[in-house]
Amino acid sequence: MEWESVIGLEVHVSLSTKSKLFSGTASEFGAEPNTQANIFDLALPGTLPVFNEEALKMAVRFGLAIGADIGKRSVFDRKNYFYPDLPKGYQVTQLDFPIVGKGSLTITLEDGTEKVISVTRAHIEENAGKSLHEEFSARSGIDLNRAGEPLLEIVSEPEITNAKEAVAYLKKLHSIVRYLDISDAIMAQGSMRCDVNVSIRPKGETDLGTRTEIKNINSFRFVEKAIKSEIIRQQEVIEDGGEVAQETRRYDANKDITTSMRSKEVENDYRYFPEPDLLPVVIDDSYISAVKAELPELPDAKKERFVEEFSLSTYDAGVLTATREMAEYFEEVTKGCGDAKLAANWVSGDLLALLNKNDIEITESPIQSDRLATLISRIKDNTISGKIAKTVFETMIDDYAGVDEIIKQKGLKQVTDSGEIGKLVDEVITNNPDQVQQFKDGKEAVLGYLVGQAMKISQGKANPGQVNELLRGKIK
Amino acid sequence: MIEKTAAELSQALANGEVSSVELTRSYLDRIKKYNEELNAYITVCEESALAQAKEADKKRANSDNSPLLGVPLAHKDIFCTNGVTTTCGSRMLHNFIAPYDATVVDKFNDAGVVMLGKTNMDEFAMGSSNETSYFGPVRNPWDTNRVPGGSSGGSAAAVAADLCTMATGTDTGGSIRQPAAFCGITGFKPSYGRVSRWGMIAFASSLDQAGPLTKSAEDAALMTNVMAGLDKKDSTSIDKPVEDYTATLNDSLEGLKIGIPKQHFAEGLTADVEKGIQEALCEYEKLGASITEVDLPNNHLSVSAYYVVAPAEASANLSRYDGVRYGYRCANPVDLEDMYNRTRSEGFGEEVKRRILVGTYALSAGYYDAYYSKAQKIRRLIKNDFVETFKEVDVIIGPTSPHTAFELGAKNDPVTMYLEDIYTIAVNLAGLPAISIPAGIANGLPLGMHIVGKDFGEAKILNVAHQFQQQTDWHRQKPNFGQES
Repeated sequence: MEWESVIGLEVHVSLSTKSKLFSGTASEFGAEPNTQANIFDLALPGTLPVFNEEALKMAVRFGLAIGADIGKRSVFDRKNYFYPDLPKGYQVTQLDFPIVGKGSLTITLEDGTEKVISVTRAHIEENAGKSLHEEFSARSGIDLNRAGEPLLEIVSEPEITNAKEAVAYLKKLHSIVRYLDISDAIMAQGSMRCDVNVSIRPKGETDLGTRTEIKNINSFRFVEKAIKSEIIRQQEVIEDGGEVAQETRRYDANKDITTSMRSKEVENDYRYFPEPDLLPVVIDDSYISAVKAELPELPDAKKERFVEEFSLSTYDAGVLTATREMAEYFEEVTKGCGDAKLAANWVSGDLLALLNKNDIEITESPIQSDRLATLISRIKDNTISGKIAKTVFETMIDDYAGVDEIIKQKGLKQVTDSGEIGKLVDEVITNNPDQVQQFKDGKEAVLGYLVGQAMKISQGKANPGQVNELLRGKIK
Repeated sequence: MIEKTAAELSQALANGEVSSVELTRSYLDRIKKYNEELNAYITVCEESALAQAKEADKKRANSDNSPLLGVPLAHKDIFCTNGVTTTCGSRMLHNFIAPYDATVVDKFNDAGVVMLGKTNMDEFAMGSSNETSYFGPVRNPWDTNRVPGGSSGGSAAAVAADLCTMATGTDTGGSIRQPAAFCGITGFKPSYGRVSRWGMIAFASSLDQAGPLTKSAEDAALMTNVMAGLDKKDSTSIDKPVEDYTATLNDSLEGLKIGIPKQHFAEGLTADVEKGIQEALCEYEKLGASITEVDLPNNHLSVSAYYVVAPAEASANLSRYDGVRYGYRCANPVDLEDMYNRTRSEGFGEEVKRRILVGTYALSAGYYDAYYSKAQKIRRLIKNDFVETFKEVDVIIGPTSPHTAFELGAKNDPVTMYLEDIYTIAVNLAGLPAISIPAGIANGLPLGMHIVGKDFGEAKILNVAHQFQQQTDWHRQKPNFGQES
């Protein structure tokens, strides 16, 4: 039987507010356990929450960025359950009246086509602390630094049909929140986390199959692998005559399988009810317009502009706008060298390859945008050839000297002196009589070989245009 | 001197008739002598009280004559006090020393008020007789076989027996007003949001409100002047300017329109109390007020709605007492589940556990609509009854409680106990201000008159109460307890 899968994502993004959601405590990653927890975070008797409006603004920014309805009156609710890293015994979240309603975002598939994925809603909630089971024997440690940090939970419609789409959706979300500067969204650090709902059904069927939820996946790659593995598992279960149980599962990356965590039947009844310590959050149109006015250019708009303004291909524009930092870098290079085409080639080509090879972000690139711009300028003003430029580029990775200094130091400056090139050409003509004859007989293609020889002798420094011209002249 | 009102003591301090240290010593002596029998205080802060008194005297000497400077008070043990045990009447917090001051405490400290100690209360403010306290029941100074009312029973008994001149309390369903009525003192619950709840241990967040228990309406006004105001730390506190509540105390009541809810003079009200209130109303007529009967058609639903909403909120508010971070933890837990179970089974008393269970049930999947949603709808209806009624009248007056103080152990059935608050509870559901003042004595026990005002109509009801106290001396009546000295 042919199967199709239906996937929905719940993504938690940790908002990069200066302080926690309901207390004034700072919330930086990696501090000593329990050094970022005040009396409210510890849920001391008598303490009360005060809503951090920076989180509201960030959530509204996100909502506007995905074209969503903004909840003009959103309500906080208590979600009740007992766990040692949940100090109040309830999590404050938003159930029926989230701050962000229905919106959508566009993903680009591998074949270049675009697909719109709907976002059901996004709501603000507080993070729990962390339980540390390994460091202590026969007891658990509780770290409340993270407790009360603001999260934005973004829920997609089940419109994703395979693992690749899921990753594309996730990357697009990642890109948007980074463009908006509302989260670091670093999956490895947990500032972006993903729960995946997966079900399968016979192809063409309209009813949904029973879904499982894979919790807390912490990298794009694992999201893809976990979905693939879960789809296969569900197929096997059904094809063996069984039924998929509605349950929560976890992904074991080492074994590349999902395993059952708990079944839904025995799950908590969270007894949600409106949080009486907080008033509903009411915002008006002028607030929304003000936030809208401050929105930065978003990836889709930027991509379109790059195509128009710089005559880039849609693909290149897509690559260059994938992250805000990449786009900024590219625009800086373009501005510095005055040639968008060359800038696009270098950034999406050599530079990206370098970053990928070393697994580093563009912000950590050993070659800064101004240096790359100078390098490209030297190609344009014929100081060096494109080929020599690659050598200079390699040198620039470890050598922080200026581009011109490197060219000078290594003697890479292009030879444009016609006397010198003339000598080179003479040498080539002398050494390759057969090829010279072939060219004379009208075999035009041989010229390339001869030019290559000249370049080789000059170690790439000769101006290939001049070599070409002189060769033609001398052989005739 | 110790029998005087706070306003009188303030005057005496300003005139140099007495020092704050002398006053504080007198109260501390009296507490030493009588608290064992009354059990009104859980904690007495002798040392810090004297230090505060000394400080206040210094300020008085430097001609600082802030109204309550150097006047001794007691805080209900529901308010967090920095460095002082804050138990909330529970074994769960029997060892909890708060590392911070509640806003209310902070404000009284700033006003130079001397804190004598922390008063006994029903556990987590859940009770109407002060019998649910882990620290034992409080006794009513008018008759020590009787209850002082609850949950602010310790504060009410302490004021009535002159173990302080004024005290703070909290009122979720009547917890200031009913004990004030039983102990023959004045108890005032301001509008919801008028006084900050920061540092006040939560029972039911949408209903809890702090207020004063005093010897007069004037004292209540003085205390409210200190307590009221917006607090950025409490999102439900209201950004409305605070009036000087003493400024309008002497306004004439000529033309005042008093509404008498027929539902408050119906079955269940004892004849003694009814007679007392009717006589009190005659006083108001003498003062030029007119009296009309009003209808609060949904009043009979208030106790039921309250006992869904309050336990529901409480069930979540009390989840933090899990033995993990502070407070009581059971001995030798074998695992997490065991720690939760035994900590909460052993740390909470019966009434608290009952309400947690009721609240948990009311919020459970499948019951939420039938209970919690419905209760909230009733709450809106009740509020609306008041809104409609206040289009016709300025204040609503009735009895605070259907009867006078009952004997300890007399009400063992929870539902009977819950009906104690039948006249006061609707006010909390509607968030309105209300005061209970002494309006008579029946069979040797005081009875309370309940005056309800419009939203943020604090000044008006304090005025109405004060004018009554200018005409009568019920608030000056003393129990025999501790009078031998």
